[in-house]
Amino acid sequence: MGGWLFDPAHWSGTTGIPVRLAEHLGYTLLTLLIAAVIAIPLGAFVGHTGKGGFVIVGLSNALRALPTTAVLILVVLWAGLGDFPVYVALVLLAIPPIMAGTYAGVRAVDPVTVDAARGVGMRESGVLLQVEIPNALPLIYGGFRGAALQVVATATIAAYTGAGGLGRLVFDGLALQEFGQMLAGAVLVALLAVLVDLGFAGLQRLTVSPGLRPVGTGGKR
Amino acid sequence: MPGYAERVKVFGIYIQGDPIGVVVTTGGIRRVIEFRAVTKRFEDGTIAVDELDLTVEAGTITVFVGPSGCGKTTSLRMVNRMIDPTSGTILVDGKDVLTVDPPTLRRGIGYVIQQAGLFPHRTVLDNIATVPLLSGWDKRKARTRAAELLEIVGLDANFGKRYPAQLSGGQQQRVGVARALAADPPVLLMDEPFSAVDPVVREDLQNELLRLQAELDKTIVFVTHDIDEALKLGERVAVFQTGGHLAQYARPTELLAAPANDFVASFVGRDRGYRTLTFLHADVPVHPVTTAKLGERVTVTDWTLVVDETNRPKGWLSGVDGEVEVAEKDLISGGSLYDGSTLRGALDAALSSPSALGVVVDDVGAVTGVVKADDVIQALAKARAAGEVPK
Repeated sequence: MGGWLFDPAHWSGTTGIPVRLAEHLGYTLLTLLIAAVIAIPLGAFVGHTGKGGFVIVGLSNALRALPTTAVLILVVLWAGLGDFPVYVALVLLAIPPIMAGTYAGVRAVDPVTVDAARGVGMRESGVLLQVEIPNALPLIYGGFRGAALQVVATATIAAYTGAGGLGRLVFDGLALQEFGQMLAGAVLVALLAVLVDLGFAGLQRLTVSPGLRPVGTGGKR
Repeated sequence: MPGYAERVKVFGIYIQGDPIGVVVTTGGIRRVIEFRAVTKRFEDGTIAVDELDLTVEAGTITVFVGPSGCGKTTSLRMVNRMIDPTSGTILVDGKDVLTVDPPTLRRGIGYVIQQAGLFPHRTVLDNIATVPLLSGWDKRKARTRAAELLEIVGLDANFGKRYPAQLSGGQQQRVGVARALAADPPVLLMDEPFSAVDPVVREDLQNELLRLQAELDKTIVFVTHDIDEALKLGERVAVFQTGGHLAQYARPTELLAAPANDFVASFVGRDRGYRTLTFLHADVPVHPVTTAKLGERVTVTDWTLVVDETNRPKGWLSGVDGEVEVAEKDLISGGSLYDGSTLRGALDAALSSPSALGVVVDDVGAVTGVVKADDVIQALAKARAAGEVPK
């Protein structure tokens, strides 16, 4: 069964595994970028003002309840085949965890710290950008990495509407009754998910202040 | 006005001697923070502060003290517009705070809060540099200033690179004070800054604040619910009563001697007679005491004070008849030591000593003699007769 995956013929050409991996990674990263641009400001704003929390929670739950496949088909019916419906479906999937993580992260910043930020003379934008967001980063990354895993897994359905990505291996394998190809698709998706998560874990380590790490480096509290 | 000519404040600088030929501001004192008929009513109708009239004088530590819900913190937070009054005016340096944009106002007023409120994601040095950076200093100058401040508040330079979570509560609060002082504001607001640290550290921080204030000469408003802290730190103390009333605004000695009403009397406490001793510096006769060093062979007849090589007290020896070798295990630990400061210290040393003799020590901690409780009581009587105890 693993033979399909290691056959050199499947590792070249315009429909080869590297191309499918790149497409899949492309869907994932662009989806996360669009979702972050929408969800982080929304979550941060609501978290900062403390107003409209119910909107965030309601919206998140509503979006989570949406079946991604149904969204995909609906958008295809409306806008036709192509990458666009794929992105709509995946972005809607990625928004809730990122938005909820950002909202929770900003809300969870110690009120004493926020009071101090205002008290030393920061403007509201400074309070949010210089204090709340940096302190919320661990939870924002939590939501973001959760979203990334879901998107990598779900981007498989892009192939369902004729687009590319690792889903091609799964759907083509199914059509051709080539279970080796299907298995290769599934394994590669799982592998990519792990790699993407590792990548974001590295990014998190680089961008989150050492002062926020759970265990201090020898100091006492 | 006795003493006026010796130490007059001229434009924020103390000048020793006769101020001839120097322009002196009115009464030598510039009024810095004024509350004029300030009322704060919250949305739910509770009145936090009720028609407050009060002037905080320049270069003093003024303490707002009272039980919870008395409006002391609300009053403090109205000075830097963390809260705006419902009616009335607050003037800082003669300027109505409501006419100044809050962030700008706050950068000119140091702010220290309970639990320090340091930014967890920033190093200690960056925390201290916050206000200078907000005020547009360049990064290097702000860092240099922050390093200076670290030293001023008594922290080693290597603390600069640490994060707040790696500091103890007391160290965090020192950094909080450093952050408030970084841009050298003339006014410092301190909202229960030491209430979250243990009593020993609290006393350190209080002494440190008094030392700092002696050097920096800021106008400090300090909020606490602890009357001992208020009496120790405050040159003027404002006692707030539940409902946001100012019950009394006076010097600590006046507060103890003549409470304005029953509330103040009960708040100042039953042992206010004892507390009054804190403010008296009278001479108490120092008696000689028999001392012995560890390992020496001595004949013990009465209470003997055992000291170390540098003459510092180790403990008391008593009751054993005849000649003995002084051993650590036979020592009875002593009480508090009297360093010649106030009558309260002298009395406490005598009362807490197992021999009823209060050990007197000099600047380096060496024994100079002992004091007796009776002598303290007599010194108090003398001070009272001389009119030094406010009636």
